[in-house]
Amino acid sequence: MYSFEPSEEQKMLIDAINRYAVNDLRRKAHDADEEYGYPKEVLEKGWELGVLQASIPEAYGGFGEHSVLTGVLAAEEMAYGDFAATLAVLTPGLFALPILACGTEEQKQTYLPPIAEGEWLPYTAACIEPSFDFDLLEMRTTAQQQNGGYLLRGEKIYVPFAADAEQMIVYANLEGKTQGFIVHKDTPGLTVGDRQKTLGINALPIYKVTLQDVFVPAEQRLGGPQGHDPTPIFDSMHLAMAAMAIGVSRAAFEYSRDYAKEREVFGVKVAQKQAIAFMLAEMATEIEAIRLLTWEAAWMVDNHKENASKQAYLAHIGAMDMAMMVTDRAVQILGGHGYIREHPVELWMRNGRGFAMLTGLGMI
Amino acid sequence: MIEFEMPKPIAQQSYVLQTVAENMMRPVSRYFDEHEHEIPWDYINFMHMAMRATGAGSLAPPAEKKKEGEEEERKEKRPPIGYQMLAFMLEMLSWGDVGIYLCTPGGGLGAAAVEAAGTPEQKQKFLARFRDEKPVFAAMAMTEPHCGSDTSAIRTTAVLDKNTNEWVLNGEKIFVTAGQKSLEESNGFVVVWATIDPSAGRAGMRSFVVEAGTPGVKVTKLEHKMGIRASDTASIVLQDARVPFENILGSPEIQPDTSKGFKGAMATFDATRPLVAATGVGVARATLELVKELLAKQGIEIRYGLPRSKLTNIEREIIDMEVMLRSAWLLVIKAVWMADNRKPNPLEASMAKLRAGDVVTKITQRALELMGPIGYSRDYLLEKWFRDAKITDIYEGTGQINRLVVARNILGYSGRELR
Repeated sequence: MYSFEPSEEQKMLIDAINRYAVNDLRRKAHDADEEYGYPKEVLEKGWELGVLQASIPEAYGGFGEHSVLTGVLAAEEMAYGDFAATLAVLTPGLFALPILACGTEEQKQTYLPPIAEGEWLPYTAACIEPSFDFDLLEMRTTAQQQNGGYLLRGEKIYVPFAADAEQMIVYANLEGKTQGFIVHKDTPGLTVGDRQKTLGINALPIYKVTLQDVFVPAEQRLGGPQGHDPTPIFDSMHLAMAAMAIGVSRAAFEYSRDYAKEREVFGVKVAQKQAIAFMLAEMATEIEAIRLLTWEAAWMVDNHKENASKQAYLAHIGAMDMAMMVTDRAVQILGGHGYIREHPVELWMRNGRGFAMLTGLGMI
Repeated sequence: MIEFEMPKPIAQQSYVLQTVAENMMRPVSRYFDEHEHEIPWDYINFMHMAMRATGAGSLAPPAEKKKEGEEEERKEKRPPIGYQMLAFMLEMLSWGDVGIYLCTPGGGLGAAAVEAAGTPEQKQKFLARFRDEKPVFAAMAMTEPHCGSDTSAIRTTAVLDKNTNEWVLNGEKIFVTAGQKSLEESNGFVVVWATIDPSAGRAGMRSFVVEAGTPGVKVTKLEHKMGIRASDTASIVLQDARVPFENILGSPEIQPDTSKGFKGAMATFDATRPLVAATGVGVARATLELVKELLAKQGIEIRYGLPRSKLTNIEREIIDMEVMLRSAWLLVIKAVWMADNRKPNPLEASMAKLRAGDVVTKITQRALELMGPIGYSRDYLLEKWFRDAKITDIYEGTGQINRLVVARNILGYSGRELR
């Protein structure tokens, strides 16, 4: 059957996240962007909504089952509040979800309970690299076999909370295949560099991480010495970006729509001009189209359908264009006011560009 | 629960219809494109026979009512999927050939209007004929030479002759899809939109069932078109055409300050727009599939999962097309799913239509560019699909009208507030 109606449980989760997004994130997003970070309480409040905890089974300290579709709904709703905050709240998932999906039983037993049962803690992952053609499938950071383990070499950027994280997953190219490695922060050869500044996600602390012959024992390879299929990780990364792009775009659409209904021009509201009304109609249509594409991909991943990975990739591709189009138009609809930082649309436009190149910064 | 599992009856139907598309439509696609106004009777007769046997795609009421208990039980078990079935059917047949699909007997828009606005007696009287031995067609006549999208400006009049209790219709209708087949090639009918009080504006708008053989009704012209050439697009003149009183759909009374009649017509669009979108999606899918096939023959396979900066231009184009096509199709499915579940869907119906209109024109246009001289050649159907696809953005409400509908919905504006 086809159905486009979230379950009762999902609706309750969406409602709870919506209140947080509107009351906490939206109100603080501007200052957090200017001041380069959220107060810890805000992240903890977001953590208490239990999005990640509900993805982890009871056996590992959580209280649910992992559903990418539920993750997509949750990520859209939180990003409707603020993109950077959503990435920050969900950062521990960058560490926990790959272990849940690909880890050995021992890795799950060791790492998941302290995350699922505890407060928000900066567990993280190092994925993105400093090259224009950064590619999940072909990383420049390498892993080489070395008696009883692997040597990691390379440079990672945009690693959230790296300065505070005790553990992180580092993705590296092992004989042509992307593999994850669980690395303790104090491992010799691993250096956390300066905090990085970017176009948009100022409120998320991100760092450069350098790996100079970092030795990782074989049992710390994700999935153990045999390694793992990285596909579920990539799917989750693509769909996290797609879902958050939808949330940010929806925020930008609604804000510019409401503004256009207030703003007077030539004796009418500016929304009564077809030039503006048609822009809004196209924005709404685009968002809905890409949302359905993302939902379908998430449903396919959850149900292990053939071509699920391709569909997740397509949803991400569609979402990055949609987000840029919608957020750009939101600024345009506000005109000069859109360019002023008092209105949130310029921040959303800066965020909007990020969905194309921040793959790996979010997982659901 | 959000779900994307194709229901079994739809999967079975698609399997059968693909065979029809491949064997009865594709082989004659080019012939009927080049022989405009010839009627594809082989396809029509086959479809009529098949639809009579299975009841698929038909809006005709069931011949005999099922026992009450049985029907209720069936309804409880499964949510309704009638419109979804129809959308998938139209998509697949249009994937075969949208021009030929438009010749499918069974009533089309005319029957849809009777189904949407008719009384049970009217449905019985007008729709039963689609189960006859011979194929029957029906059409909807709204557009006039001076007005297209602005349907409230219709000038065709219907005046009640109290002596004979008949409506007398006068006016000219154009762009009537299947008008000729409905009036001259079968025992069909045309649903004609007219005003019963020109001073009442939209409140005076009504539709009338005008049956084949009605004196004073004449097909005066068949258009020569860019695409969908197998489908007849007729001009119809009504000159003192008399129809029985009971052929009016909706109330014969004019209630001041209501535009119920007009709204009835517009409500029909909520059902038909996603279906028209589905036909466009079928054409675009045919195009995209052929392009990928031709590329594969030259050794070009599309790689997925890479950053855009690593993709070739051809890969980027194809991937963008896949995003456009699939997302448009999902909008269609959502809109018809809402119709099946009796959720009001004017917003979603127009979104599906405008998105489909946009993407199917873009996909067919870009596909031709990608295929270069091959795309332009009549050796392949690509250039035909380019012409066929364009109508998607025009009929059943242009892309611009649908933007207006979407905009009014999202802004909460009336037609007066957003003109």
